[in-house]
Amino acid sequence: MRDSGRSFFAGLGIAVFVATSASAGDSDPQEFTQIERGRYLAVLSDCASCHTVPGSNQPFAGGRAIETPFGNILAPNITPDPETGIGSWSDDAFDAAIRKGLRRNGSRLYPAMPYTAYTKMSREDVLAIRAYLNTVTPVRNAVDANTLPFPFNIRASMRVWNMLYFNQGDYKPDAKKPAEWNRGAFLVDGPGHCGACHTPKTFLGGDKTDDYLRGGFLQGWSAPDITGDSRVGLGAWSAEDLVAYLKSGHNRVSAATGPMAEVVTLSTEHMTDPDLRAIATYLKSLSGKQDHPQTLSKEDAAMVSGGAIYRDQCSACHGIDGKGVAELFPSIADSSMVKSDDPTTSIRIVLRGARSVGTQAQPTAPGMPSYGRQLDDAQIAAVLTYMRNGWGAAAAPIGAADVARVRSDTALRPD
Amino acid sequence: MDKKDSGRLYFHRRELLIGAAYLMLGLSKAHATIIVDHLPWTPNAGNPPTAALPGSWVFFTRDEGRAMEAIADRIIPPDPQTPGGKESGSAIFIDRQLAGPYGRQDGLYVRPPFMKGTKSQGYQSEKGPAQEYREGLAALDLACKAKFDGKAFADLSDQDKDAVLKGLESAEFKLDGTDGKAFFDMAIKDVQMGFFADPIYGGNRDMVAWKMIGYPGSRYNYLDWVNRHNERFPLPPVSMTGRAEWTPQTR
Amino acid sequence: MAKRLPKKDVVIIGLGWTGSVMANELTDEGLEVMAIERGPWRDAPTDFPPSYMQDELRYRVRHELFLRPDQLTFSFRNKVDQTALPIRSWGAFMPPNGVGGGGVHWNAEMWRFLPSDFVLKTHLTERYGASFLPEDMTIQDWGITYDELEPFYDRFEYLCGTSGTAGNLNGKIQPGGNPFEGPRARPYPTPAQAQPFGHTLFGKAAQDLGYKPFPQPSGNLSQAYTNPLGLKMGPCTYCGFCEWFGCSNYSKASPQTTILPYLVRKPNFSARDNSEVIKINVDKSGTRATGVTFVDSSGVEWEQPADLVVLAAYTMFNVQLLLHSKIGKPYDPIANTGVVGRNYTHQTISSVNGFFDNKKYNFNPFIASGAIGMCIDEFNGDNFDHGPHGFVGGGYMGQVQTGARPIESTLVPPGTPKWGAAWKTAVKENYLSTVKPGTGVHGSFYAYRDVYLDLDPTYSDRFGRPLMRITMDLKENEVKQNKFLTDKFAEIIKAMGADKLGIQYRTAPYDISTYQTTHLNGGAIMGTAPTTSALNRYMQSWDVSNLFVLGASAFPQNPGYNPTLTVGALAYWAAKAIRDKYLKSPGRLVDA
Repeated sequence: MRDSGRSFFAGLGIAVFVATSASAGDSDPQEFTQIERGRYLAVLSDCASCHTVPGSNQPFAGGRAIETPFGNILAPNITPDPETGIGSWSDDAFDAAIRKGLRRNGSRLYPAMPYTAYTKMSREDVLAIRAYLNTVTPVRNAVDANTLPFPFNIRASMRVWNMLYFNQGDYKPDAKKPAEWNRGAFLVDGPGHCGACHTPKTFLGGDKTDDYLRGGFLQGWSAPDITGDSRVGLGAWSAEDLVAYLKSGHNRVSAATGPMAEVVTLSTEHMTDPDLRAIATYLKSLSGKQDHPQTLSKEDAAMVSGGAIYRDQCSACHGIDGKGVAELFPSIADSSMVKSDDPTTSIRIVLRGARSVGTQAQPTAPGMPSYGRQLDDAQIAAVLTYMRNGWGAAAAPIGAADVARVRSDTALRPD
Repeated sequence: MDKKDSGRLYFHRRELLIGAAYLMLGLSKAHATIIVDHLPWTPNAGNPPTAALPGSWVFFTRDEGRAMEAIADRIIPPDPQTPGGKESGSAIFIDRQLAGPYGRQDGLYVRPPFMKGTKSQGYQSEKGPAQEYREGLAALDLACKAKFDGKAFADLSDQDKDAVLKGLESAEFKLDGTDGKAFFDMAIKDVQMGFFADPIYGGNRDMVAWKMIGYPGSRYNYLDWVNRHNERFPLPPVSMTGRAEWTPQTR
Repeated sequence: MAKRLPKKDVVIIGLGWTGSVMANELTDEGLEVMAIERGPWRDAPTDFPPSYMQDELRYRVRHELFLRPDQLTFSFRNKVDQTALPIRSWGAFMPPNGVGGGGVHWNAEMWRFLPSDFVLKTHLTERYGASFLPEDMTIQDWGITYDELEPFYDRFEYLCGTSGTAGNLNGKIQPGGNPFEGPRARPYPTPAQAQPFGHTLFGKAAQDLGYKPFPQPSGNLSQAYTNPLGLKMGPCTYCGFCEWFGCSNYSKASPQTTILPYLVRKPNFSARDNSEVIKINVDKSGTRATGVTFVDSSGVEWEQPADLVVLAAYTMFNVQLLLHSKIGKPYDPIANTGVVGRNYTHQTISSVNGFFDNKKYNFNPFIASGAIGMCIDEFNGDNFDHGPHGFVGGGYMGQVQTGARPIESTLVPPGTPKWGAAWKTAVKENYLSTVKPGTGVHGSFYAYRDVYLDLDPTYSDRFGRPLMRITMDLKENEVKQNKFLTDKFAEIIKAMGADKLGIQYRTAPYDISTYQTTHLNGGAIMGTAPTTSALNRYMQSWDVSNLFVLGASAFPQNPGYNPTLTVGALAYWAAKAIRDKYLKSPGRLVDA
């Protein structure tokens, strides 16, 4: 994990230079408290996950391709470089970008930049982030901001989109709820922008607010339901379970992998314990849809063959009782991810294998082998159906066509 | 393959790689990498075994294949409960193995000079299994034809076949230019190996050998059985390619 | 001309057990450490998953995880007056290759040596007199005692989560454990593994005969465990595919499960795989190492300079590199001079198979782990009076059957034909009711004047360097020891209820084609004097003080136990000496 403190000191001298030139913002680069607050807010907002190319050792220099359903967008350079970064932006311009979705020339940002969530932050929050970014090493890196194909490259159409989907404004606390709940709501809906992945989207890419945090699909992964739903959400997790998961990437029943692994290592691993508990409190307070599907009969063909595959193969790690090993092999029996309405992530983990995240607190990072060659689509569908309906659980069966779809969709993906 | 002066068939000796050429076989990661910061990972990583594909002989000629099947069926005769060496695929197993790295002595030290050593110094021939089988099967049929009125080994009665094999075993039935006992010992080893190996390699078709002995196959978790002493393990065998029950049976 | 890389503080040759232990220790000191491994990176989910790991043909018979002789091999002869011939295909032992080394595919049998093993020469001479020992036996004291090593035994046991029952806690003998073991400060980190039927039956028979059986200490864990580095391991599931195979479910102690995920995260650690070190470079004086030269998989030569060189490449490759790098005086058995190559040893292994009535006994022999078993230690070391028997040494024995993979475990009783209908019937009737201990008798292999390593005059490797030459035979002392032990073992197998026994003694000559463990030791031994050892008691080369040589190459002779726990303990012991003493004041730690 790169120590951002190093770039802080390296950037300080240059930030002073920038501050004394005419066009810099009015935040004081020598104000350590504000800078540290901004650094933490940048962690909460996970700016690095889009604006830093992994392994580049050039934090926030942009150039990372963000995959959207409409094409790829390259995240801009947000280092203080005056020409290719945001060094010459005013504070107002920066704030307008983060909280209003406006570029410096007045055109609109695409919501791949989650301004719809960041709007919940205050101007003070955003200026603190600015102060922090001013201390980052400037990098000369011109990023092409206009890579979407027609007709999505018409930014003016964002005006209509924003009318449908953008509720501008700071977070307004709910006076009836305790401070911890409000903090959690702010973190989840604001800088954490969890809904960007975990809330399903309309065909225009806006939030389906009725299904708030009930799971979404992006970049070839399905993000699970993170409401308090007891079957497919976090209802069976204690607050400690969720804190452990976000802090270390692992808890007694589950492990983070795929895009969530990066969220853990760049963002949630570095949050304070009170903030993590606040998130847990808030998420578990959301009731979820509480579906009660019928469990499949044990005689069902998929249950029989899936059970055979499970006993012969999966039980090696996940146990004959489906419970896995705490903080090493996820518990299938307790897994809400396995029962998700959208089974994409479960399917791709079985097909391609997966590496769970390694963190300071949990360095093991155990891996799941890939079964895509040994098992065919019908067999994978059967064993997943078995897991979704085994040990007293219930979820809709999966078909071979579902597996085939994920197999071909992920064939060319590098992750 | 080319014929040398003595009329025997020889294989082109594999070009010996001089210098620092990399020689790891059967592994996909053959190039040097630097590991730093995190454990390496790529999707679909892994190196599953190479299956023996069904079909005609890859290494054996038709006559060699006939002879090998006949030998296999005497080493492991068929009975009403369990197929023999031929039907279960031991000759197919050997054919595919000889066509592959094992037959070619890939990965072994095959540099000269080749000298005869003591028994405790191990195998010192440059021939390798593929050539040993080629020579042995040819010599066997030649010897049988000489003794049994022009009949190759596969054409003998079972009784005569067993007599020939016992003769090889005791070194009384001599083969011209080949150590018949060593050849038969090798055949016993390989026929039985094919019988008990995973079916993916061509022998032990449908896990018949495993069913015969009560071996449950490539399972992994026996935690619920380790303390159950002196009870018959009830689950059927499973191979690396699974078992019939893995495929959903739609009625 | 080798391309020179930026200097590192430490270069470690080989990333197996000792390389991983040392890398983790020295990176904790803040040093920049580079490990260079000849073989590939390996990891459970990508290299030994439960979808195809259980492949006896591929991994046991064709031994795919191991070094290819064509990449590097040795030549062999029994006696000094014979011509050595190359080992063209592995037989008697199988050298490892790859990250994790032998730690990936070992049995994980974790034995401490006896206190008397470390002062063997002194002990045996005092008890039996010098003339009791064979004239050509060259055993030596180690230069270190069991008591000094005890905390490091403990450290490696807890790193691995070892499953066992303590036999001697701080001097107090514990029921159910090994009453002969040296005192340990605390119990094992996890309880002993469950013992299947056949193993339990052996324990009972041994007990009825008056012995004190105990469960073999195992690095295949009996339960989930978090080690001191925070790494998690799972419970062993008794799959029966342990030795020769990697573990699919993180339950066998290996560098991959106990060290590497933690180590790799450190910014001051990096490793190169598929890169073979071909020389340790020394300066003109010959007393200081400057780094190593290695060849990557494209054939490009690189130089890696370093201030400290740790040779951790496994016994055979340690000695070979010392010989090729001309570090230390090569051993000459005729003149009896030199140290590099002397006191080379193996292990004296035999077994007794038991054939039982299949109507009464079903052992489910495929359910086992690599370090399962009930054992007795009454006949190890000097645990019994050797006076009447005319030999020294001994070993543990036990029903340590690690599984019943069918290619190798379809035995038939003696006298059964090797093929045909009778063979087939016998296989069917005996598979589930046969006890096949494997390394049932695990005896010592002491050192001799004319059993040694040097360089071959005729055969060379793919770089044109001479192969290392093994001169090894089985001496009368070990043959007698083995006969005695095997007969005792047979008594216990019979007492279990076997109808027929298949007794296999270990006899001379030493045969390079039959497997007898990969416990090769010696050649660069530790000791008290530079005239009779290559290393001082801290594993530091007497000749090159910034070179440490780890592994069983340091053993002056081999006791009747598996070597790895002692190898790991010595690595921690040497690391402590480097951290506490050497780094503060580089130079010789022991005066010559």
